[in-house]
Amino acid sequence: MEMGWRWDFTIEILPQMAIATLNTILAAGVGYAIALVVGLFFLLGQRTPFKIINWLNREIVEFIRSTPLLIQLFFVYFVLPQFGITLSAWICGMITIGLHFGTYLSEVYRGALEGVSKTQWEACRALNFSTLYTYRRIVLPQAFPIAIPGMGNYLVGIFKDTPLLSTIGVAELFHAATAVGGYNYRYLEPYTLVGIIFLTLSIPAAMWVRKLENDVNKAQGKIKK
Amino acid sequence: MILYVIISMIFGLMRLSKNLAIQGIATVYIEFFRGTSLLVQLFWAYYVLPFFGISLEAFTAGVVALGLNFGAYGAEIVRAGILAVPKGQWEAAHALNFTPSKRIKRIIIPQIFPIILPPAANLTVELLKATALVALVTVVDLTFEAKQINSITWLSAQCFGTALLIYYIIARFALVPFLRWLEVLAARKVGKERI
Repeated sequence: MEMGWRWDFTIEILPQMAIATLNTILAAGVGYAIALVVGLFFLLGQRTPFKIINWLNREIVEFIRSTPLLIQLFFVYFVLPQFGITLSAWICGMITIGLHFGTYLSEVYRGALEGVSKTQWEACRALNFSTLYTYRRIVLPQAFPIAIPGMGNYLVGIFKDTPLLSTIGVAELFHAATAVGGYNYRYLEPYTLVGIIFLTLSIPAAMWVRKLENDVNKAQGKIKK
Repeated sequence: MILYVIISMIFGLMRLSKNLAIQGIATVYIEFFRGTSLLVQLFWAYYVLPFFGISLEAFTAGVVALGLNFGAYGAEIVRAGILAVPKGQWEAAHALNFTPSKRIKRIIIPQIFPIILPPAANLTVELLKATALVALVTVVDLTFEAKQINSITWLSAQCFGTALLIYYIIARFALVPFLRWLEVLAARKVGKERI
């Protein structure tokens, strides 16, 4: 077997990798959308006045946050069929990523809501605004900019965790690389390509998030050094 | 984990160096390891490095990849910590004619611990979770065992459930209390009760 980098092989596998990249982006996008919604539910659980729900919610969030995504994937993928629920690898992957990152996003939301100063609430109280109105017109518009950097970070985070989906057989970028590598018994080019593709996608994304953060800070009248 | 602490210290300092070359190396390293996913780096270390004549054992490859990856994240935390030390401290150290190395070792480093420990604690829990990935390059860890038992017995709920619980217990009742204790200790050392 030939050692060293082979350009012809690289070019040969490039179209295959490009298609798989689309799958990766799709997986990250769908996972993120689910996570955004799940995060809202966890946030609701946290803010209800019932102590038991609060506590339960807290424990669930802590549990999901402190166990590895990989085992959660296996758990959902292998355990649900035991109870007669058979889902495709894609759906399992999306659910797990959504749940996992939903817990993180709920923390981001919480931080943002707590970042709005208490006096804003008191002022609304004094003006006799309803709770709903206070949220909609006063609190959320202020909380949203605070949440943006965190939300952006987790988008990049999800993107980088999609390779885990390959372990349960979702045909995304990393899965394609392993398949191509196994078929031709050359792992150098596929895995290196995966690395390069991830870099070219995630660095601009991270830069964009940083810029967003700066813009938000500026819009709020805070100057960041 | 020890590797990750050391690497983050070194690169965090390098990132702030005045020398452009050193700063450049650190930036490239950090961006590279933060920009690609850990799994890719693991597979690269295990399957691709042999092409260049460097054969690492699965365990070594796993530890090296984890260390380098988390070192990059840690370096950013250290950088933020150093920047958070008030400028007056640097100036005072300068005024007292401390050498640059002494300035960093005796004045700046002791002060960054209370600042960096809370984010570093989060990162350490992330590291614990990330160790599950080394199972994929055939290191025999908890995840690997769980998978093995699963493929023999097909009692998925029990074996993956147990594995999840073990990770949770390690994180919740061992790692996090220890890190909290470190935080309190560090805060007390510089004379602050709590951050």
